Amino acid sequence: MKQSLITLIYITFFHLIGVAQPDDLTKMMEEEMGASNEPDYASATFKTTRLVNGHTNEQVAPGVLDFRIGHRFGAFNTGIYNFFGLDQASMRMAFEYGINDWLMIGAGRSTYQKTYDGFVKAKIIRQQKGKRNIPISINYLGAMAVKTLKFSNPENTNFYTSNFFYTHQLIIARKFSESFSFQVLPTLVHRNLVEKITDEHDIYSIGVGGRMKLSKRTCVNVEYFYQINKPRDVINSLAIAFDIETGGHVFQLAFTNAAAMIEHAFITQTTGRWDKGDIIGGFNLSRVFTLKDPRKKGTKNEDAPSK
Amino acid sequence: MKKSILFFAAFTAFVSLNVNAQDQYFTKTAKINFDASPAEPIEVIDAVNNEGTSLLNVKTGDIGFMLLVKSFRFERALMEEHFNENYMESTKFPKGDFSGKIDNLSAVNFTKDGTYKVKVSGKLTIHGITQPTTADGVITVKNGKISASSSFSIKLADYKIDRPKVVANKINETVKITVAANYELKKK
Repeated sequence: MKQSLITLIYITFFHLIGVAQPDDLTKMMEEEMGASNEPDYASATFKTTRLVNGHTNEQVAPGVLDFRIGHRFGAFNTGIYNFFGLDQASMRMAFEYGINDWLMIGAGRSTYQKTYDGFVKAKIIRQQKGKRNIPISINYLGAMAVKTLKFSNPENTNFYTSNFFYTHQLIIARKFSESFSFQVLPTLVHRNLVEKITDEHDIYSIGVGGRMKLSKRTCVNVEYFYQINKPRDVINSLAIAFDIETGGHVFQLAFTNAAAMIEHAFITQTTGRWDKGDIIGGFNLSRVFTLKDPRKKGTKNEDAPSK
Repeated sequence: MKKSILFFAAFTAFVSLNVNAQDQYFTKTAKINFDASPAEPIEVIDAVNNEGTSLLNVKTGDIGFMLLVKSFRFERALMEEHFNENYMESTKFPKGDFSGKIDNLSAVNFTKDGTYKVKVSGKLTIHGITQPTTADGVITVKNGKISASSSFSIKLADYKIDRPKVVANKINETVKITVAANYELKKK
């Protein structure tokens, strides 16, 4: 009895002061907001659209142009004569653009075998919480590359299409926490022309990659592609990168055994071995330009803030 | 017996918490705007959130705002990403809110058209940090419709929002916030 009396006094007291307390206001507002119908998408699973050489599930935002320069030096073990690889350089320059919320395209040119490439990347499933709980995101990457290096046997009948390469890839990613994200990439690379009759045209591989944040603006990325039917004399590519983000730029310092930066080449044509010191240093630079103000169109905003 | 007293007490407390609905006004489309551009902007840093929830009790003068940090829209998508990822940590602290009171409630006549200057004081929570705040605002009554607006400034350091040296000249330490809400009578 004594206990319930205390409870009674307590509750009455609480009720007297309770009405005017701003904390109740907070509670009421929370009720008013309710459970948001908007899905809470996992954002910034990775810092940029590439982990090192390979793609991530990130896409360029709609109306944004991403100008990318990838630069790779020579192998470290070429010694002091080549200044540990710094004398040699190979690059890929590309323009990549976000068409809408789920689709991006890109086109680039690589020094490596004088290759032109184009790709589309689309979001299939997005990791989200809220109304629906989806633990992973899935993207599709379709890429095509054309090697324009002169044919080694010009006296043969050569077809232009012999230089075509195709890549189909699923990017299955999950942002586990603010600092850790991981992805798995089942990949098919098709080569129109192979060197020997015994070589396979289709190479199946599975990539794995992850990132760990070191601070809010830096992280370390690791990426490995395992080839299931690996061609002879080819090595699986392994790469490590450090992302440094400064406003509109993302700078990636990369170390890899692959000379190329496009799917078919770094997955199925890598010959460098980490244990032999075939380590290639380099960097990726990304600079984004906003071509369309997302607030001007397609949003509920009746007016953008006057400036 | 014991139980019934308890129930009764809990019941009365519960009822009294449900403030008279006639005095409650609300909106779910309050517009909250902020500008963190430096004096000589390299890039304009501003964003708008049109999905703020606000409550106003015309009897007690209680006024509150609440919003989802992720609902701020920027001109640049990357800026929005950095805002959520690096500055506001909006996954950790998804909401921002203000709850307070109109100090000079007697100066406002909610039944008569007019523009009334008010002083509001209360608690502002941003980035998980709560600070006492005061702001000057205006309440407008027109054809029975109530709207409120205010403009005030906060310091990033007060809310432990990190502004690294590299961006020190790109982001203003003092951020100007403007809010605007058009209220409707709360039914229920």
